[in-house]
Amino acid sequence: MSLLHDRRAQLLLGLLALMALVPLAAGDYLLSILITVLIQAYLGMSWNVMMGFAGQFSLGHALYVGLGAYAGGALFVHYGTPPWIGAIAGMAVSVLAGTVIGTLGFRFKVMGVYFALLTIAFAEFTRVLFDHWGWVGASSGLFLPPAANASADNLWLLRGSATMFYYVALGMTVAAFWFSRALLMRRIGYYWQAIREDQDAADALGIDVFRTKMIAVLISAAMTSLGGVFLAFFNNNLYPESIFSMHRSIELILGTIIGGIGTLFGPILGAVVLTALGEGLTILGAHIGIDGVKQIAYGICLMLILILKPGGLWPWLRSRLGLAGGTR
Amino acid sequence: MNSALLTVDNLGKSFRGLRAVNQVGFEVPRGDIVALIGPNGAGKTTTFNLIAGALPPSDGRVILDGHDITGLGQAAICRAGIGRTFQIVKPFAGLSVEENVMVGALRHDNGDVDKARKAANDILHLLELGDKATHPAQTLTLPDRKRLEVARALATRPKLLLLDEVMAGLRPVECDRMVAILTGLNKETGLTILLIEHVMRAVMALSDHVVVLHHGEKIAEGTPAQVTSHPKVLECYLGEDHE
Repeated sequence: MSLLHDRRAQLLLGLLALMALVPLAAGDYLLSILITVLIQAYLGMSWNVMMGFAGQFSLGHALYVGLGAYAGGALFVHYGTPPWIGAIAGMAVSVLAGTVIGTLGFRFKVMGVYFALLTIAFAEFTRVLFDHWGWVGASSGLFLPPAANASADNLWLLRGSATMFYYVALGMTVAAFWFSRALLMRRIGYYWQAIREDQDAADALGIDVFRTKMIAVLISAAMTSLGGVFLAFFNNNLYPESIFSMHRSIELILGTIIGGIGTLFGPILGAVVLTALGEGLTILGAHIGIDGVKQIAYGICLMLILILKPGGLWPWLRSRLGLAGGTR
Repeated sequence: MNSALLTVDNLGKSFRGLRAVNQVGFEVPRGDIVALIGPNGAGKTTTFNLIAGALPPSDGRVILDGHDITGLGQAAICRAGIGRTFQIVKPFAGLSVEENVMVGALRHDNGDVDKARKAANDILHLLELGDKATHPAQTLTLPDRKRLEVARALATRPKLLLLDEVMAGLRPVECDRMVAILTGLNKETGLTILLIEHVMRAVMALSDHVVVLHHGEKIAEGTPAQVTSHPKVLECYLGEDHE
């Protein structure tokens, strides 16, 4: 057991060392792609806490991305508040939103796809709200001023080069992985999985189901909104129709579904596969020169993965690599 | 002052117009094994669900160890000291056998995972599931799943264990093993057990006291020998014109 764990740890540390060295060799294009991968992995892990661990299906996670992004962005634009302080506000608002959604859903026993619909509804009407809220730029968007000195990295204000953003995204992803692992190994992790597998049986074992599910929602919401803050400062622009969109909610969960819901490494692997697939097919599509080839091929590839490996790629790859991971 | 661990007093449950359980009352003395028997549809599982909090009673009271637990939810009743199994087994399919039992044990020792794992393995050994601890629960056979139900409920360290047809589907040899395990638990730890059972072989071997339900009402109670010769019991099982 410990040997296998060691091998796993060795692989992870090797990967991490490689990732840490990438900016020395990579150009801005590759770096921007890797930042996309990392943030996709980070957001996937955030969603995974709620869906993968606790089995509560959210299809409106763009809500928390948007709330984090707007809290961080608007406070910075209006008051020059550093993003890390803005993130606290973003997390607080997201936790509040999660509390409302969780209370409605869990108290009134809204389950499964109906709960997912509830989460979509909240994301959608928040989008409409932001579309009409002048202070955050309404539908014409919110723009973050670029750094006065573009070559100087300011980590506190998150203004600087792609290399700086890359390291921040890498740090967030590593932290999210470590945090997810820690959660899963504690009592709360076992309780979440018990509820995911059979809520009634979990209840009969004395677990406070409402409270336990609520904790999953709140942790997931807070983590997701931090990802939103990052996106705001990385992209420098925010539009309600894109940040709160259904499209984003789906994009956010796709990597985790492909990689393996409920697994620790699945969201990371899924993000890599999706981005590689997307970029690879874009290049291929440009060579073939037919419009829409990329989208069709992308869709077919996703369907193939889900048909062949419905549990995700990571559980399969893990056993191929000889890494016993038990049930996760 | 009586020494009953569980007192069921005048318990009733109506589903819309249907009276599933009506004025059922009995006691489970501390340290005893009591069986609840009756034909299909007699209201045994409903009675269980009322005691365990899976359903709220329409009327009557349930007293555990001097505390009124009537109408509390399942989780609160488990915390009060009643562990239960489900007639239709409900394993945490994606978790390992050991992890299933750990979930029950984690309520104790401030959620210490290592202690819960140790406690789980002790219980699994007791129920002869020790060599399957790392198997995913979904790979277990039905008899093993029944054992897992018992193990998981035991891990919550209940004062009273409710067993809903844990012998059903077991072969006679397996049934005898389960009887031996339960008798052992009862003797060694003083665990009080209330069980629903159709397998008379197990009822006769295990129970100190038997309560018979029919059409939602208690029609007889007494020692196994008393109830099996009780005219009303014979009537409901065999019909009126038995010779």
